[in-house]
Amino acid sequence: MGSSSLASSVDALLVALVGLSALGLVVSRQMLALLRLFVWQSILLAGSAVALALGMSGTHLWFFAAITLVSKAVVIPLVLRATASREIYAKREVDQVLSIPMALLASAALAILGWALVRPLVLAVGGGALGLHVSVGVVVLLFGAFTIAVRREAVAQLLGLLVMENGALLASIALVPDMAAIVEVAVAVDIPVVALVIGLLIRTIHEETGTTDVGRLTDLKER
Amino acid sequence: MLLLVLIMVVPSVAAVAAYFLVDARWGRVLTVVSAAIVLAFAIIVDAEVVHGIKVQALSGGLSADGLSALYLTLVAFVGLTSSIYAWGYLPAHGAPDDRRLRTYYALFNLFVASLLAVPLLTDIVLVWIAIDLTTIFSAFLVAFEGRRPTLEAAWKYATLTTMGALIALPGFLILVYALRSTGLPLEWAALVQLPGAVPAAVVFTAFIFILVGFGAKAGLVPMHTWLPDAHSQAPAPVCAVLSGVETTAAIYVLFRLFPLLWDLRPSVAATWYIVPGLISVGVAALLLIQVRDFKRLFAFSTVEHMGILMVACGFGTSASHLGTIYQMLGHSLVKSFCFYAAGLAVLALGSQEIASARGLCRRAPLAGYSLLLGGLAIAGAPPFSIFVSEVAIIRSGFDAGRWVPTALLVVFIVIAFCAIMYHLIGMTFGSPPDEAVRRLPRSVAVALLVAGVPALVLGVYLPGPLATLVHQAAMALGGAP
Repeated sequence: MGSSSLASSVDALLVALVGLSALGLVVSRQMLALLRLFVWQSILLAGSAVALALGMSGTHLWFFAAITLVSKAVVIPLVLRATASREIYAKREVDQVLSIPMALLASAALAILGWALVRPLVLAVGGGALGLHVSVGVVVLLFGAFTIAVRREAVAQLLGLLVMENGALLASIALVPDMAAIVEVAVAVDIPVVALVIGLLIRTIHEETGTTDVGRLTDLKER
Repeated sequence: MLLLVLIMVVPSVAAVAAYFLVDARWGRVLTVVSAAIVLAFAIIVDAEVVHGIKVQALSGGLSADGLSALYLTLVAFVGLTSSIYAWGYLPAHGAPDDRRLRTYYALFNLFVASLLAVPLLTDIVLVWIAIDLTTIFSAFLVAFEGRRPTLEAAWKYATLTTMGALIALPGFLILVYALRSTGLPLEWAALVQLPGAVPAAVVFTAFIFILVGFGAKAGLVPMHTWLPDAHSQAPAPVCAVLSGVETTAAIYVLFRLFPLLWDLRPSVAATWYIVPGLISVGVAALLLIQVRDFKRLFAFSTVEHMGILMVACGFGTSASHLGTIYQMLGHSLVKSFCFYAAGLAVLALGSQEIASARGLCRRAPLAGYSLLLGGLAIAGAPPFSIFVSEVAIIRSGFDAGRWVPTALLVVFIVIAFCAIMYHLIGMTFGSPPDEAVRRLPRSVAVALLVAGVPALVLGVYLPGPLATLVHQAAMALGGAP
């Protein structure tokens, strides 16, 4: 019993760190820092899956941890480096609609919203690791959505999508730890493809307009 | 039944072949042939479903009931008309080179394959993946013309709908959790056994995520902002698929969830479908007044129709559900026809501005009259099918005693009708300026004919087997008798 309670404490710590890294993404303004934070978050997510796997039988979560590491700590950073031009990463500042204190305030509101949204569910299933994963996962999801809404830079928006996905997966490893293998493979293939497609779109936009500041593309606004 | 597997395999093979093996001229032949085979298969599936035969494959991994068979057929039909239309439209509009055309045919076939997978897949998480794939494959089709506005539209489309899909994902996972913890299979059909087996809060929480996420994918207000951009900037044959059947894919999932919610608490189910639906119909009706671009006109009309589908589903009676399914059928057929007609007008005029199209009926009669017919049909004028289904929905709303939402629905539908007619009459009639128009390629006229006959005839004549299929599809929505 000792090892499994240790594993669940480690898991709780890792889940908290995943949440914290999402907050880092909201306030960080350098592109490279954003990418690194995303990679760290994915590694923490894989670690949390391992911590859960120690407490139960079956190999699904080990498999999940392995594909998360391969797709998010290796493949996606490579895809992003290859498709988006080098100068995007050289840029120090990422344009953001809100100032950092305002962004922090908004994320606090979002965290409360996310917590309130899943509260009935968490009470219904009786809390524990499941409740923790679902609550933090949904908050991470909302933080990701928030970065997409306030960032004008295409690569930063793509990272926001990937963080949203990490949030959903953080919830999923506790909700359905024995997800069918075919579904895991499909999700693992799906997400790098999303990154590739959006990355290619970023490159096309850069070639066509000379910028990846998608906030400046406003030809189609309702007049 | 191997047929269900083949329905997804045939377009996938056509996609690979169109990109790697042949040049663009053969790519378009392959695309049309593959789409025709898929439609034939879909009709066979329909026939079996209508005769009450249980259709499934891969030991239950793929299956079809009335609702999925009907939606499958709509995707197959619009896929076929779109590939015939693209034959002449793409070379005539912008003259893209061989490599770009091959990319188009490959992505188009993959896009259609992912849409075909949505109704057939049984596992609900795989349905989520299929819906996500529809965005991925179509993002570059939206950006096909490579101009600055098309890239902007494609960017908004890809990010906002992927964001929607990711918001919906926890909802799906919670449903899987609920099904697992009660020992039920992960299928749509098993969802109706959840009430009573799991706490209501679990189902409601899951539904909120799916409603918000897939509401964005379906273009429900306020998450609709990407839709008029994407549906107006894509090439016309892609617009037809996007507006005709792709937005309906997300609505299809919401339809599947309705019986579950209704069994749990009818008042909650009705509110959550009727309120977002009414907001969408109302906002779209008002936005329809101010459009200046005729493809955006049809795009906003799609937002309106998605709203009507939600409201009609939310009324929750078998009469309203029959209207809902009939409306979905009419929308897919008529909206794709409208975009083919709009594409002709774009080819003839070289512009999408409503102001530039004065006197279109005299300058380019085929484009002008088909636009007028399509516009009348989509706005809900008699004797077209959307008039019939809208009247059925409104009657069922009053019969169900939902006076306020039904009255609002009538007001919004009338506003939308007037707005569409105002713009279309200004475009198609009036004295034409002395500007030359371009000649239209013949294959687009063929596509217009193939798409037009069912779109314009269904209001006065619904073949018996199709009527049976519509009834069976409406049963899948559950609700009160």
